[in-house]
Amino acid sequence: MAAIKLSALDHIFEKYEGKKGKLIPVLHEIQEEVGYLPVEVQRYVSEKLGVAMSKIYGVISFYSFFTTEPKGEHTIGVCMGTACYVKGAEDILNRLKEELGIETGQTTADNKFTMTMTRCLGTCSMAPVIMIDDQVHGNLEAEKIPEIINKY
Amino acid sequence: MEITIDKQKIEVEKGKTVLEAAEENGIAIPTLCHSPFLEDVGACRMCLIEDLADGKLKTSCTTEVKDGMEVLTKSKRVEDSRRTILDLLISDHPLDCMTCEADGSCTLQDLAYQYGIERSSYGTKSEPRFKVERDNEFIELDPDKCILCGKCIRVDQDIQCSDAIDFVERGFQTKVGAASDEGLGGEDSTCVFCGQCVELCPTGALSYIPSQKKGREYNFEKTVTTCPYCGVGCQLELKTKDRKVIEVGSVYREGTPNPYGEACVKGRFGYDFINHPDRLKKPLIKRNGKFEEAEWEEALSLVAEKLTEIKDEYGGRALAGLSSAKCTNEENYLMQKFMRAVIGTNSVDHCARLCHASTVAGLVKAFGSGAMTNSISEIEGSDLIFVIGSNPTENHPVIGSKMKKAHKNRTKLIVADPRQIELSGLAEVAVQQQPGTDVALLNGLMHVIIEEGLADQEFIAERTENYEYLASVVEDYTPEKVAEITGVEAAKIKKAARLFAEADKAAIYFAMGITQHRTGTDNVLSVANLALLTGNVGRESTGVNPLRGQNNVQGACDLGALSNVYPGYQSVEDPEIKEKFARAWETEELSAEVGLTVVEIFKQAGEDIRGLYIIGENPVISDPDQRHIEEALDSLDFLVVEDIFLTETAQFADVVLPAACFAEKEGSFTNTERRIQKVNKAIGPPGEARADWKIISEISTRMGYQMNYDSPADIMAEIAEVTPIYGGIYADRLGDQGLQWPCKDREDPGTKFLHQGEFARGKGKFHPVTYIPPAEEVDDEYDYIMMTGRMLYHFHTGTMTRNSEPIDKHEPDAYLEINKKDAKKLRIKEGDRVRVTSRRGEVETNVRIGDRVQPGQIFMPFHYAESPANRLTNPVLDKDAKIPELKVTAVKIEKV
Repeated sequence: MAAIKLSALDHIFEKYEGKKGKLIPVLHEIQEEVGYLPVEVQRYVSEKLGVAMSKIYGVISFYSFFTTEPKGEHTIGVCMGTACYVKGAEDILNRLKEELGIETGQTTADNKFTMTMTRCLGTCSMAPVIMIDDQVHGNLEAEKIPEIINKY
Repeated sequence: MEITIDKQKIEVEKGKTVLEAAEENGIAIPTLCHSPFLEDVGACRMCLIEDLADGKLKTSCTTEVKDGMEVLTKSKRVEDSRRTILDLLISDHPLDCMTCEADGSCTLQDLAYQYGIERSSYGTKSEPRFKVERDNEFIELDPDKCILCGKCIRVDQDIQCSDAIDFVERGFQTKVGAASDEGLGGEDSTCVFCGQCVELCPTGALSYIPSQKKGREYNFEKTVTTCPYCGVGCQLELKTKDRKVIEVGSVYREGTPNPYGEACVKGRFGYDFINHPDRLKKPLIKRNGKFEEAEWEEALSLVAEKLTEIKDEYGGRALAGLSSAKCTNEENYLMQKFMRAVIGTNSVDHCARLCHASTVAGLVKAFGSGAMTNSISEIEGSDLIFVIGSNPTENHPVIGSKMKKAHKNRTKLIVADPRQIELSGLAEVAVQQQPGTDVALLNGLMHVIIEEGLADQEFIAERTENYEYLASVVEDYTPEKVAEITGVEAAKIKKAARLFAEADKAAIYFAMGITQHRTGTDNVLSVANLALLTGNVGRESTGVNPLRGQNNVQGACDLGALSNVYPGYQSVEDPEIKEKFARAWETEELSAEVGLTVVEIFKQAGEDIRGLYIIGENPVISDPDQRHIEEALDSLDFLVVEDIFLTETAQFADVVLPAACFAEKEGSFTNTERRIQKVNKAIGPPGEARADWKIISEISTRMGYQMNYDSPADIMAEIAEVTPIYGGIYADRLGDQGLQWPCKDREDPGTKFLHQGEFARGKGKFHPVTYIPPAEEVDDEYDYIMMTGRMLYHFHTGTMTRNSEPIDKHEPDAYLEINKKDAKKLRIKEGDRVRVTSRRGEVETNVRIGDRVQPGQIFMPFHYAESPANRLTNPVLDKDAKIPELKVTAVKIEKV
């Protein structure tokens, strides 16, 4: 993992200078840029904003969007909404775990995929669905999984 | 206004909550997340009440009273809903009361008992959902027992102001956690182990590791007393069982220095020394170079005989005494009385000589009184606090927290310290002046204030003298010139000066960084000048506030354990005063000559000083130039040491007398804000150890001067007779909050802040001073400046904290702090061993790298006997106060 140049994030702090309630937007933008929020970054945010490390961790661990682990090249979101769930989302999830060798929230060793669970994606008519990056794959069966991930 | 609670009409003030109104009228409402001094959040829903106006159930802790309001606190709806909440809480709580540390002091348990909930109707928690966190020596967190009331988080963030913990995770996984979820001892955790979270936890989720399995609340006897560490004077509760101190609890009492139960890690966890197996239990007499246990009778007679022998042969002035800032007021009074009235010398001094002698000297000159002008509770009322040469968050942690709290609310902060201390990070202006350049810095600030017309002319005209002289001296100290001397940018000097002068109520706080210089008195005078110039004395939340470092260093000074004054700062050179004491003490031995001070006593040892009586001091570790101190102790004809351990100094003694510690005796300590507070006996002393006041009385009586006191209260009554500032201090008046001197007589309620309307000396006097550089500067060989000081976890020479297991385990090793640039230059890594050498000696220690110190400087704590910083320090003295220059030593550093 390449070292992160912290001073390269300074433009984000400048943008929010003097504004209130900036912790969440700052973390958000940093994650967009770096991809995740490792502890070095949290320390830098703490120093720059004068916010305690415990508070930063509280926020990061509260919002599932934030992650302290680097994300893979592609993010797979497995929909666990009601419709997908009753149509077998669990089977899809288990198959993905098997194929990728990781649990939800983890990233494959080759850094290719990060797998997460999501709430309803609003495409219930295609249930069960997964979303890889911006692309929705619907009407799934567990057998189709290897074929789909091989495309990436 | 009038409201009706449970059909009972009550009068209540506007702005109160229903909960407060109920409590005031003896109506009990159960709570889990409420604390009277924390912001209410209405989280636990136990305090629900039924509002008859709209029929709604409301949390009484967050509902303000309204005129005519009618509420029910025990209606069926209310009680059913409380029962449901408890039922839900208990469904996720282990039913392990029989092994839980909190059994007997658990609000959840009490409420389950009250509401008859044996087990939850929603099922029982059979498997833990979380890991128990105990990655440190002090506090365990078991999230499975946590009910998420958030009291721990609120006390941490709003009272202690450490921001160490917060809610982490979400939903059912929510728990209390520290940074990165790595526990309170984690790398990024800011926890300082004050224990206030444990005290407020309503269940067993937070507990003290050192006292686990050693007893529960109902097994303990409890004694409220005064903390034996720094000068804040926190009130603590010693919980004892079988003559052992098992735990230290908080005391919540208005009007004390720590009304919200505040404490620091030393007060909370530094009590193992009390029951340590190495405590002295019998007198020791050295025979043929070896200590042998002896009976009291023999030891006391030997001491009396030897002291009499030296007195008879060389005169009383061949003897000297070191009293102790750890001992009570009564004991310090007796010690100086013994040295003066029985031995006939004024050579009685104590460690204040090494810490605030220059404060007393300087402030007496400027104001007429040498103590902290204002009170700890006034910190939050200041508009601005200027901290110079003091590191409160480590050395006076409870005061440090109050400053952080004040800053959080609205108070501005200026910090001047050669090191980047914790408060520097919060300050509006933080400067790192070169060590020993404080006079220049302060003169620079005053230059700007005068030049920009920001001085308080009205105050200067009415209440001060000598202003013109001051103005003429500081005229030379332009920001540019001061920048050159101090290394602080001119712009920052100007900014700090304006901030300070423009604040309505500005208070200055200082400590060893100001006093421990050969220009210590000058430094203090400069501080006083700045306060006078801006009219910041004699009003609430302002003032010149020296923070005293020992539990009773203020009292030891007040009661005359100083070589130049009798109790109450009455000069030994004043014939009328001498006459007064001669009459009161019925003695003809009093000397009219100022005695020797600590450092002078050691310089004269073996020559003019033949015998020394030391109580509770450890000069081998605490005094400058260790090798010289050891030689001095060796050269004495007779040395008697009275202490709780066989300290490095006691090793040199001919007779060692075992003393009782603070937990084992009665008396009083005077804290940094002049508050005389009770010391109460919790347990008996170990073995045959005795209270110092008893030992001194015995020796005195054996030397033919009867001292027959029944109790410390008797001694205090005698003190009141001869000490005007303590004239109204009697043991029976101290009550729960103590009294602040000056306190003239039995009717006097004491004095919160000094110099209101008039200074103790009449007018406040400006004493302009010019900058004199420190005695030692860097040269080619000794190319670093070393500063010494304390750190949070240890105290002074370590006699107490290094004998307290959890603390010494947490911080076991001596170290020096060095800047990362210097570390690179010297090619040393974190943890490397280095040799530090000064012109007087060398020590080895471990390296800590960072940016707390500036390049070219190092910092070494002086607590560690294995790496004694004071083997290196310079005994050059301030000419007025005779305080040594402990803060500036030229050293060289080599990798071992």
